[in-house]
Amino acid sequence: MTFRTMLALATTIALAAPALAQDAVQGDTAAIEHFALDNGLEVVVIPDHRAPIVTHMVWYKVGSADEAPGKSGIAHFFEHLMFKGTAKHPGGELDRVVYELGGTGNAFTSYDYTAYYQIVPPEALATMMDFEADRMRGLILSEDVIGAERDVVLEERRMRIEGSPQALLGEETSATLFQNHPYRIPTIGWMHEMEQLNRADAVAFYDQYYAPNNAILVVAGDVDPADVRTLAEASYGLVPRGPTLPPRIRPSEPEHNTARTVTLSDPRVGIASFSRSWVVPSYRSAEPGEAEALDLLSEILGGGMRSRFYQQIVVKSGIGSNAGAGYNGGSYDASQFAIYGAPQSGKTLADVETAVDAQVALLIKDGVTPEELDAAKARFVRSLIFARDAQEGLANLYGSVLATGGTIEDIDAWPDRIRAVTPEQVQAVAAKYLDPSIAVTSYLLPSPTGAQ
Amino acid sequence: MIMLPMLRRALFAALFILPALPAHAEVAFQQITSPKGISAWLVEDYSVPIVTIRFSFMGGTSQDPEGKEGLANLMTYMFDEGAGDLTSEPFQIALDTAGAEMGFAADLDAVHGSMRMLADQRDESLALLKLAIESPRFDVEAVDRMRDMALSDLIAAAQDPSTEANRLWTETLYGDHPYARPIAGTVETVTALTPDDLRAFHKAMFARDNLYVGIVGAISADEAAATLDLLFGNLPQQPDLTPVSDIVPTYGQSLKIDYDLPQTAIYLAYPGIKRDDPDFLAASLMNQILGGDSFTSRLTAELREKRGLTYNIGSSLQTFEHADALIIGTATRTTEALAIIEDVVAEMATNGPTEAELAAVKKYAIGSYAINELASSSTIARTLVGLQMKGLGINYVSDRTRQIEAITLDQVKAVAARLLGTKPTVLMLGPKS
Repeated sequence: MTFRTMLALATTIALAAPALAQDAVQGDTAAIEHFALDNGLEVVVIPDHRAPIVTHMVWYKVGSADEAPGKSGIAHFFEHLMFKGTAKHPGGELDRVVYELGGTGNAFTSYDYTAYYQIVPPEALATMMDFEADRMRGLILSEDVIGAERDVVLEERRMRIEGSPQALLGEETSATLFQNHPYRIPTIGWMHEMEQLNRADAVAFYDQYYAPNNAILVVAGDVDPADVRTLAEASYGLVPRGPTLPPRIRPSEPEHNTARTVTLSDPRVGIASFSRSWVVPSYRSAEPGEAEALDLLSEILGGGMRSRFYQQIVVKSGIGSNAGAGYNGGSYDASQFAIYGAPQSGKTLADVETAVDAQVALLIKDGVTPEELDAAKARFVRSLIFARDAQEGLANLYGSVLATGGTIEDIDAWPDRIRAVTPEQVQAVAAKYLDPSIAVTSYLLPSPTGAQ
Repeated sequence: MIMLPMLRRALFAALFILPALPAHAEVAFQQITSPKGISAWLVEDYSVPIVTIRFSFMGGTSQDPEGKEGLANLMTYMFDEGAGDLTSEPFQIALDTAGAEMGFAADLDAVHGSMRMLADQRDESLALLKLAIESPRFDVEAVDRMRDMALSDLIAAAQDPSTEANRLWTETLYGDHPYARPIAGTVETVTALTPDDLRAFHKAMFARDNLYVGIVGAISADEAAATLDLLFGNLPQQPDLTPVSDIVPTYGQSLKIDYDLPQTAIYLAYPGIKRDDPDFLAASLMNQILGGDSFTSRLTAELREKRGLTYNIGSSLQTFEHADALIIGTATRTTEALAIIEDVVAEMATNGPTEAELAAVKKYAIGSYAINELASSSTIARTLVGLQMKGLGINYVSDRTRQIEAITLDQVKAVAARLLGTKPTVLMLGPKS
């Protein structure tokens, strides 16, 4: 099955890139090259000589949270349109060339960035650079391609969101949690606004954001950094710098003072479940140490089989069939922290909700033990060694951190910053941010009338 | 007892190395045989300090006894729930301390296991994996907990129309063959499963003759061979498997489930082809042109690029141990897509691909191998096990290029007519049309 785009849906609460895999290259960061071309394009090269494969990615520092009011979905729609061809390479040619190389290519859009990539044999790197540099400023958009591709993204929304009660509830949860910030708007867009997107919107978006001085090139694989620099200068280096972009200042959140509830009942739901979410700082916006402490808090509360939720609520008391927590600190502005659970048969949703809340309250009251904090730190730091095994994952890590305001130095220093977190800091962020009186609680419930 | 196809090659007395791929970097497959005669494939790589091992025991959910559907699936939940002298919690603490990731899963034909470990904690990690493979405890308390979890999954999915669609689909294609049985079982069968069922099932399936192993990472051939004996040396030689017959799926059926959804999911099943059929590679090139894994396929061009009818359409060759099919799937706002799919298929069945399409797909099939099959330790380990299970030799990768290059347009046309000339079984799940 083929997917042109993988939306980085913000409704997914998981240990996303920065949490999972920072400093995956500790030990040989010296091998990583980082430089800028004269036109402002930032370049990162991550050598990996295990197999004859190279991952070539271009990240644009623009996502759905940068969209103009009323134009929701344009960042993602535009991502599709980037495949429609230039004067030099007509639509479909890039796909065909990648195909004949035995490669794979795709693109994805999130709140904060849009990225395009190909995974190909190293010999093809120059060809891929020519294609990407060419469509950075040379895209041709006709009314015909706009209409057909808009139908495709509307089908994509039907498939990913309209057809899934979980996705619909996630969308409503974000729209309730963020009261003012554009993270409240789904990346794929609202259906009624997507239907109205047109050629003028696409052209305006392209002209403003697609330029070397708003982009990051990441090349990971069986390549020599000096060769990459030469090739990049001969392709991307010829693309003129675009207009200087203003700082990314989005509408910010007001103080949150209310507990809110979102409920969705659907005949397809067999077992009720709930989640509770808060707006918390991201790595970029947090006070020093707070984002690291939130990462460890989510791990200790609900990060897996050794977590308090799993041990106390699933194993020992048998109240939940599952329970967990997640924090994604990788956004440009604020992030989300969420806890969730579902009851074991014979127990009610209220039982598991009470049990999850009790674990949070206990942690706020008594803190964490040095032993469980050390175990959580070890899990984080070793996940970085495992992350070095996947070239595409490393390229994603560097691209996403740089596109959301982070630096290579942030990535390098991350394990040490995790190791430095104290039990008191974990307790403090729990007390500061996990206040039930300002949370958004979401319920996914079976339909009272049962199945159709 | 079933006679499995003779997939395993003759055992080699000594280790030997055969480089598999030219080009810049090299991924060299080695065949190794342990002192106790257990063989495996290995890729040594010291650039990242980790070791990945993957293994498969032939058997799988089609071995679930009648009335005990869901047994293989539940068994895979149990391997980190205590083994040897360690009950569930001490086992999980030890695994966490060792920093190893362990996973088990079952499909129709096999139970698969894997572990990814840090090279400097390999001994602690392997000791735990050995316990899990050799002597899982299946303690009552842990079985009860995992059974409740499996039941929760079943109840959670029970109202979803895709659950009913899947049941109707497999029963139509496979009748009363074990492949038609629900992999996760039913509430009734899972409720009735006991620790003794799990013990008997584990004993019957975990043996050396139905075992395939791949090892990748910072480990020498000698160490890998010793690892084979450590992990598997105490297992019985022969499994005790129930024979499963081959089955030809039922074609020409038309199935419809009405449900108020924003899209209609459409699936079509055409005849497939056995992995050891001389025309298998030709069929796989044909499938790639028809609806394979790229934006250039005929189905994607006609339905997505030209008409905007779907976000996603594809076809794939299913090659199970006892059945084969070519499956096309999509989701679309309109059922007019079905007629277009059938037109695309009919054109391929009648005229086959063009010379240009065949030339392009050959380049894709040759070039994509490293990218699709060798991109990480886990992928390589999966490839190593998969090639052995398919009965392919250790020089398969280099042979494959030559075989693909030799395929003619007439061969592909013939196999297109053979597979796609049959009226398919069609399932539609969506709003009343």
